[in-house]
Amino acid sequence: MNPADIQQLIDVTYIAAAIGFILAIKWLSSPVSAMRGVLIGEIASAIAVTATLFDPQVTHYKWIIITLIIGAGVGVPLGLVKMTAVPQRTALSHAFGALSAALIGVAEYYVAAPNVPKFEMAEIGLEVIIGSLTFTGSVIAAGKLQEWLPQRPITYKGQNYVSLTVLASALILMVVLVVHPEFTHLFPAMIGVALIFGIMLVTPIGGADMPTVISLLNSYAGFSAALLGFVLSNKVLIVAGALDGASGFILSVIMCKAMNRSFTNVLFGAFGQVQPKSAGAKEERPVKSASPEDAAAILAAANKVVIVPGYGMAVAQAQHKVRELYDILTKKGIDVRFGIHPVAGRMPGHMNVLLAEADIPYDRLMEMDSINGDLPQTDVALVIGANDVTNPAARTDQSSPIYGMPIIDVDKARTVMVIKRSMAAGFAGIDNPLYYLDNTLMLFGDAKKFVSEIVQQLSGSGH
Amino acid sequence: MPADFISSLFVFILSAFLGIELIKRVSPLLHTPLMSLTNALDAIVLVAAIIIAGRHETRLSTILGLIAVAASFSNMVGGFVITDRMLGMFKTGKPAKKS
Repeated sequence: MNPADIQQLIDVTYIAAAIGFILAIKWLSSPVSAMRGVLIGEIASAIAVTATLFDPQVTHYKWIIITLIIGAGVGVPLGLVKMTAVPQRTALSHAFGALSAALIGVAEYYVAAPNVPKFEMAEIGLEVIIGSLTFTGSVIAAGKLQEWLPQRPITYKGQNYVSLTVLASALILMVVLVVHPEFTHLFPAMIGVALIFGIMLVTPIGGADMPTVISLLNSYAGFSAALLGFVLSNKVLIVAGALDGASGFILSVIMCKAMNRSFTNVLFGAFGQVQPKSAGAKEERPVKSASPEDAAAILAAANKVVIVPGYGMAVAQAQHKVRELYDILTKKGIDVRFGIHPVAGRMPGHMNVLLAEADIPYDRLMEMDSINGDLPQTDVALVIGANDVTNPAARTDQSSPIYGMPIIDVDKARTVMVIKRSMAAGFAGIDNPLYYLDNTLMLFGDAKKFVSEIVQQLSGSGH
Repeated sequence: MPADFISSLFVFILSAFLGIELIKRVSPLLHTPLMSLTNALDAIVLVAAIIIAGRHETRLSTILGLIAVAASFSNMVGGFVITDRMLGMFKTGKPAKKS
């Protein structure tokens, strides 16, 4: 076959790959067909990569094979991390994705420099800026999620102005390069400034805002790949990048809505700072607390139970104990379901994965909107490691910083039980009026220990 | 403006709209696997990395290309492995499993 024929054949495999990618996401719409979706995604990627290895432009194989082996050696362990570590793994993979897109852009630039046509220079510049800032931003996000870096927001006065100035400088350098492609020494400066901006973008964002940030970074990583597709006129990159970018974008919108906040507020608001106390004189209010024995008795007498898990459940590694509780209650004929808030956990869907790993059937995992209608008919709502997503002040108290945020209406259940270490406020530093309600019982203690004590009581009581 | 740009833009806009429509229909149950799957698909930049590394034009472009090969292939492999694992955990089935 002559090179032009081979090239055409490769293009055909790219079209096949694009179709495979679209089907992969389409089939992810339900857990039943999702596995098929992954399989077609794998096949599509394998076909495109294999075909590319036969590209006549590729003349040196030795190092490609070696680096593929290195990549697999890094990728497989990263695919086998524990489910609690999935958020940091995801942030790291955004970093890798953005890094590869940026490096390819840089390589393309230096192959052509200094004779880079203006239009192509703009494409490369934008691509490298987005790729670079996504790379450092994702590394910082991964560091925060892994708790190598402090989870709390790190802020200083005038921060937003400084950050925006840095971003503007990167864009100005890009424009100068478009006008004067011969100033090649500005290219590394532009990359450096973009890398710094990525750090500045994520450092001020707190741990609980990670679901939004991780989705935004996902979107940036996707768009940098799509832009690379523009630079190289490679359509399969554009399709994959656009799908990834759209996915990250939609997830960030969902996360923002679930917190009743705007993009700008998440990125520039540095939530989680000390909040002014809404209407003082809130201290010293009585709360009712209960022992594991009481909790077990109340649960055993219930017909309908809704468990609302939060990040605290994951921190305490309590999900397997929660599964035991689920089993024992279900055996007693009690209807147990889980109410999952969209921002519970550290990334979109995180709670579902943790509970699925603990072998809880997914048809028991309910979205916020579908569970809220049932809460008034629920006997017991058991809150495990969640706080702000159950705060009724979001519905009623206009002065509350989280006013307007959709919550899971646990306060409407006949009895609310909250497992919590102490009366300390949640990440947002906001008092939760839920704890002082007449129908609320506080269960003070470590989530894992407390749930296992309830399980012991329930199994000990004989049945 | 290069002629390719318009056709690229065409593909981009259609894919973005299609992506938005498809992703809206993904159950929130599966948002974590969605992110790891799209990540793995995005790792198709590997094909561009292979070409730039394999063309062997300058030492710099080859080295950068090779790093990109390793980074994107690790994403591809890792992304598919973890998505597979996660989806394997989502079981339906009747309540009252044995404890």
